Amino acid sequence: MRNWVLSLSLCAIILLCACNYSPSTGFKHQKKSITLAGSTSIMPFAEKLAEHFMVEHPDFIIDVQGGGSTAGIQAVMNNTVQIGMSSRALKENERLNTVIICYDGISIVVNPKNPIHALSIKQIRDIFNRRIKNWKESDWIDRAIDAVTREEGSGTRGSFEELVMRGEEINDGIMVQDSNGSVKEVVATDPYAIGYISLGIVDNRVKALTVDNIIPSIETIKSGEYKIVRPFIFVLNGEPDNDLRTFILFVLSKEGQSILKKEGLIGAYD
Amino acid sequence: MPMTDKALFKEKFIKGILVSFALSSLFFLFLIFIFIFIEGLPLFHKIGLKNIIFGFKWAPTKGSFGIFPMIVSSFFVTFGALIVGAPLGLSCAIYLSEYSGKKMKMFLKPALELLAGIPSVVYGFLGVIYIVPIVRDCLGGPGFSLLSASIILGIMILPTIISISFDALMGVPKTYREGSYAMGATKWQTIFRIVIPSASSGILASFILGMGRAIGETMAVIMIAGNALKIPTSILDPLRTLTGNIALELAYATGDHRLGLFSTGVVLLVIIMILNYIANFSIKRKIIK
Repeated sequence: MRNWVLSLSLCAIILLCACNYSPSTGFKHQKKSITLAGSTSIMPFAEKLAEHFMVEHPDFIIDVQGGGSTAGIQAVMNNTVQIGMSSRALKENERLNTVIICYDGISIVVNPKNPIHALSIKQIRDIFNRRIKNWKESDWIDRAIDAVTREEGSGTRGSFEELVMRGEEINDGIMVQDSNGSVKEVVATDPYAIGYISLGIVDNRVKALTVDNIIPSIETIKSGEYKIVRPFIFVLNGEPDNDLRTFILFVLSKEGQSILKKEGLIGAYD
Repeated sequence: MPMTDKALFKEKFIKGILVSFALSSLFFLFLIFIFIFIEGLPLFHKIGLKNIIFGFKWAPTKGSFGIFPMIVSSFFVTFGALIVGAPLGLSCAIYLSEYSGKKMKMFLKPALELLAGIPSVVYGFLGVIYIVPIVRDCLGGPGFSLLSASIILGIMILPTIISISFDALMGVPKTYREGSYAMGATKWQTIFRIVIPSASSGILASFILGMGRAIGETMAVIMIAGNALKIPTSILDPLRTLTGNIALELAYATGDHRLGLFSTGVVLLVIIMILNYIANFSIKRKIIK
């Protein structure tokens, strides 16, 4: 019996302590907090920015969440977060302030074993709506094309549909993977695969194709020649207050921009 | 005597706590049901049951919520898993209960239980690394296919099939076997004609519970099945299951898209409930008999 009382009172004490130290009464008042939510394509970069920003401004807490572009925009409209992240342009009924923080190219990738170096936008479109089903039709061996797309609702897929498919549908028979990483994994292991991923994560395990005779690279995107490019946007409801302004100015500053460029993105001013 | 009062109180107290914990698991089940149905049913009302269950087009951001191809695919994968897993599992159970010595049993049973403890993401990873390339190189197609998913799921449902059919086989009274031997039957004749038929309802239940496990499996299937939205026309085609659909798209889904995923969950829940009911029914029938 004694043991029971002891353990119960111990539990109670621990619970009480936990209540006392909850962050809402603890240190939130001293620190300024900013919450970002939205596109999972932007999320890793936003986290990098937040890390660097918090080192320089220890009085800030920056919280980065995912959820997808649409969810991020929705959250800003409801004022549940201060900054939404969107990897697609806003629709007309979404009347919010936007800040373009950088640009990201979408590259069409194939396996390094694939000898094809270039396709036209029309050929890519035909592959993804399955008018072209065989590599033979693109002057390679007689083997079915294993095309990979992203899942419905993804910002990358949204931009791909807008910039490459141009209103045509991506065929239902095409494989679907749920992140840039898994699309890259499929393309890296399957010699007959083709997919599209963010230019920032292309490495030597996959080969980025030349589209309409333009090599996807930071230079060609800057010059406007490579067309499959989407903006990364911060979305705000109304005018930013001083705290938000500090963070956004940091992102647009030389330092913030160089962090983004180091990750393979294209700066907002280029 | 105060001591006995105290002891009695303690007994009651402990019993009360245990009962409330036991009921809490039921309570959670109830909550899950309510939650999924509340979130999932409005869309059935809005789009129509027929358009969801028998619709062929899944494009939730454009207003089509047909999940028929995924229902069919889920069943394909499940039966594929059964074709791979049932013969393997049943043979293993027969060996364990009829042939193996005590030492072998001591070694095999824990090993099989370990098989059940391996996380599904590990199975998926193995599938992507080994089975998918082998299928792609030897048989063609993208490798992410019905066949690969069936093989991996077949292995994943082995522990379920083995342990339940083993119990069923062990439950056959010894007198049945002795009677059979007394009639001059060989060991295999006894197993095939006497033991398996007597344990058939338990074996059937093990298959059905294995199916339940296969149809509910998510992570491994997403990694290996390729997730294409079409009904597969060959075993080398990629396909998407109901569970895969939910897990793939939930991260980005808002509004009706999100509701559509919950509707997928409702359909899945109903299918699994039916399977479990059949399994329980076939076990119970034996007990009553």
